[in-house]
This record gives sequence, structure tokens and C-alpha cells, in this order.
Amino acid sequence: MKRAIRVTVNGVSHARDADVRSTLADFVREDLDLTGTHVGCEHGVCGACTVLLDGEPVRACLMLAVQADGRAITTIEGIAPGDGLHPVQEAFWAKHGLQCGYCTPGIIVSACAFLEEHPAPTHEEIREMLAGHLCRCTGYHFIVEAIAEAARTMAGGGKA
Amino acid sequence: MKPPPFEYVAASSAADAVEALRRHGDDAKVLAGGQSLIPMLALRLARPAALVDINGCGDLEGMAESRGVLTVNALVRQRALERWARERAPLLAEALRWVAHPPIRNRGTVVGSVVHADPASELPALLLCLDGEVVARRRGGERVISADQLYVAPLTTSLESDELATAVRFTLPPAGAGWGFAEVTRRHGDFALVGCAAVLALDGAGAVSHARLGFFGVGGTPVRSGLGEAALLGQKATAARLGEAVKAAAAALRPDGDLHATSEYRSSVAATLAERVLTAALERCGKTA
Repeated sequence: MKRAIRVTVNGVSHARDADVRSTLADFVREDLDLTGTHVGCEHGVCGACTVLLDGEPVRACLMLAVQADGRAITTIEGIAPGDGLHPVQEAFWAKHGLQCGYCTPGIIVSACAFLEEHPAPTHEEIREMLAGHLCRCTGYHFIVEAIAEAARTMAGGGKA
Repeated sequence: MKPPPFEYVAASSAADAVEALRRHGDDAKVLAGGQSLIPMLALRLARPAALVDINGCGDLEGMAESRGVLTVNALVRQRALERWARERAPLLAEALRWVAHPPIRNRGTVVGSVVHADPASELPALLLCLDGEVVARRRGGERVISADQLYVAPLTTSLESDELATAVRFTLPPAGAGWGFAEVTRRHGDFALVGCAAVLALDGAGAVSHARLGFFGVGGTPVRSGLGEAALLGQKATAARLGEAVKAAAAALRPDGDLHATSEYRSSVAATLAERVLTAALERCGKTA
């Protein structure tokens, strides 16, 4: 069973016939070839597939693609302005906030939304937000530091 | 992992949705936030023949407070209630902070969590403590189910398969009431091993005039402790009296043991949390927040 949808992804409008069984995560990866959105647990636990739905972070594996009809999605490919990196991406690079990188797109997308709501987060707030993301490599310390660093940069405070 | 095949029905109004539920009977599931249903589909724990998606039902949007009763319609996301409640219903706001994570709460609905009836989740216990009710609509009629008549067993409510939960109502605590909320989890956002919520209000003479004490994660359904509340009502709220209430409440609990925690551990934690939330509620009595 297919259904015609129109969805704006990273500013580009796409009209597609989506399989009603397709999750939004599978749709952006397989139908739109945007493979930056990673699929880990496929039942909402790991956070790897997090994307922005009309600016708010959601799990792309817990939404059907047909439910995104008429909505605006931002994936990791749409986070950076132009050719450069987003300050959150810069901070992950500078602070070694990733190792294998599998969880990273979801964390960065979540962190971007989190920092808009919490421009000067405490480490405790960062950890509460990170509880929604599983990383099996880093032990999280450098991720916390990367997000704290990004907050400082985005506030105009420069590098610590 | 893909959901098993299903017929997708995009309802455009509550009437449209109840008509689809009537047509499909037991074989249909309502898709609202999908934060519990879609994992169950992905894991093939549920195989409904039809999904009735209510996200396009404009008449199920919105929430409103009137005379101390907060009505939350079926499409209100948990995050929206959390933001609303920070100023006006801090107990709800605190409890919602423990519901999974922001990306889940951005999609998950309040009504969906209430009627999903996971015994370890927060909102069903809050519905009990805030004298809540669920508005259920089927073709040709509507009924109201009070919280104490709603929960039957894990993931099972007294809603019929052709009924749509269109709203939940919470009675906000009386003016000057204090509240407490606590839960123990392995990690923030996990289901509770045990959780507890309390509301207390005092009369002019310092005696307890309103008491609610609820637990979750302690059995097949959330539990409101009538014995714990009875031990407080009409009494001076001293530390010793709170201790009596905790003892009465904990003695009546029969938590299940599983691989996450034994029954004894849950009982012990429930008593500790009850003491903490009652103490917190008492400290907040008479303060505006």
C-alpha cells in the first residue's frame, strides 16, 4: 500500500509515493538517499535516527513516512550552513566527541535543538539530554565536553 | 525492521476515526504519537490489520483549563503539556520530565500514554492522583471513565476496541496544596523500577484536608494508596504521622519481581520514595509552587 506524500527535507521539497509501512528513517535513507541518518535499534531506544520535525527533535524510526506529509524535516545533512560545519559539529571534532561515529548524527541533531532551548546548559542538563542517546565507544565524557564547548562558541564566548 | 502489513486509515476527524474503529473492530489500533505502538509493530508484538491515524483530526488538538480541571485532547504531545505545566501544574511538569526523552515526548501524546497503560509509566499514576478521567467516544455516544475504573491489567484498560479516547481530564490540586514526585530508574528516561507521587493540602488548623498517594512500577496497574491516604486525612502532618502513612501504604503493596528488581527491593524502594514525596509535599504546602 502506497500513498503520495510531499515532504520538505533540508529545504528541498520532495513528492514521492511512500510505502505506508516505511518509517521516516527508512524513507530518508532509501527513497531520498540521505544516509547520514543512522538506524540503530529501530524501536526508539538508541537515538541514532533522530531528525528535526518542524524544528523539534523526533525519532525517525518511530514515525511512518506518510505521517511526514506536509511537514519539514531536517536531517544531519541539513544541519551545517553551506559547506562549513555547524558549531556543534566543530566542537565534536575539536573535543573528540566521536569514535566510530554511528550515534553521532542523532546526537548532533538532538544537541542543536537542545542548545536552542538551553543556551547555557549545565553538565547535568547535558547528561539528561544525552540519556536519550546510546554511544558504545566514547563513555560520553568527550560528548558532554563537546556540547558544552558548542554552547560557549554559540554564545560568542569563543573556545575554552 | 518493518511493521507487518496493515491498512493505513488517515482519519480527518474524531467522528471519522470512530467510524473506522467500528468498521475494523478488534483488528484496528489507533495511531497517535506512535511512541509505543510503532516499536510494538517493529518488534511484531502487535499485528493490527488497520492503523487508524488520528494525527489529522483537527478536533482532537488542544488543551484547556476550566475551574481547576485541565482537559487534554488526544493530539496534545507530552512536551506541550510539560511546557504548559511548568508554571501551572508543577507535579505534572516534573513527572513528564521522567517520561522517556525530549525526542519521544515531542511525538508521544498524553492521552496515548494514559491509555497505553504501561504499569511502570508515570502518567497513569498521575491520572489516579489527580482524580482524572478519560473521555471515550464510539459511534453514537460518549462516556467518561474515571481513573480508578480505567486500569485492568498491564497494557489493558476498560476502553472497548471501538472506543477512541478523545481526551483526558486532570483535576489540578487545590490551592496551596504541596506535591512530591520521585522515581528510581537505571538510567534517566527508562521505565521506572518504582515511582511515587503525592499531593497534600492542609486546613487552617494544620490538619491534612486532601491527600493523594500513588505508586507505579509496583504491579500490573498503577496503584493509589487508600490506606496511606486514610492514615493522613484529618491528622496533623507530623513526621511520625507521615511515617505511619508510609508504613500503611507499603504494607499493602505486592510488587512483582523480575530481572530488573526483586519484589523485596521494589517494596523497600517504594517505602523510601513514599516518605520522600510526602515530606516534599508537606514542605511545599502553602507555597505557590
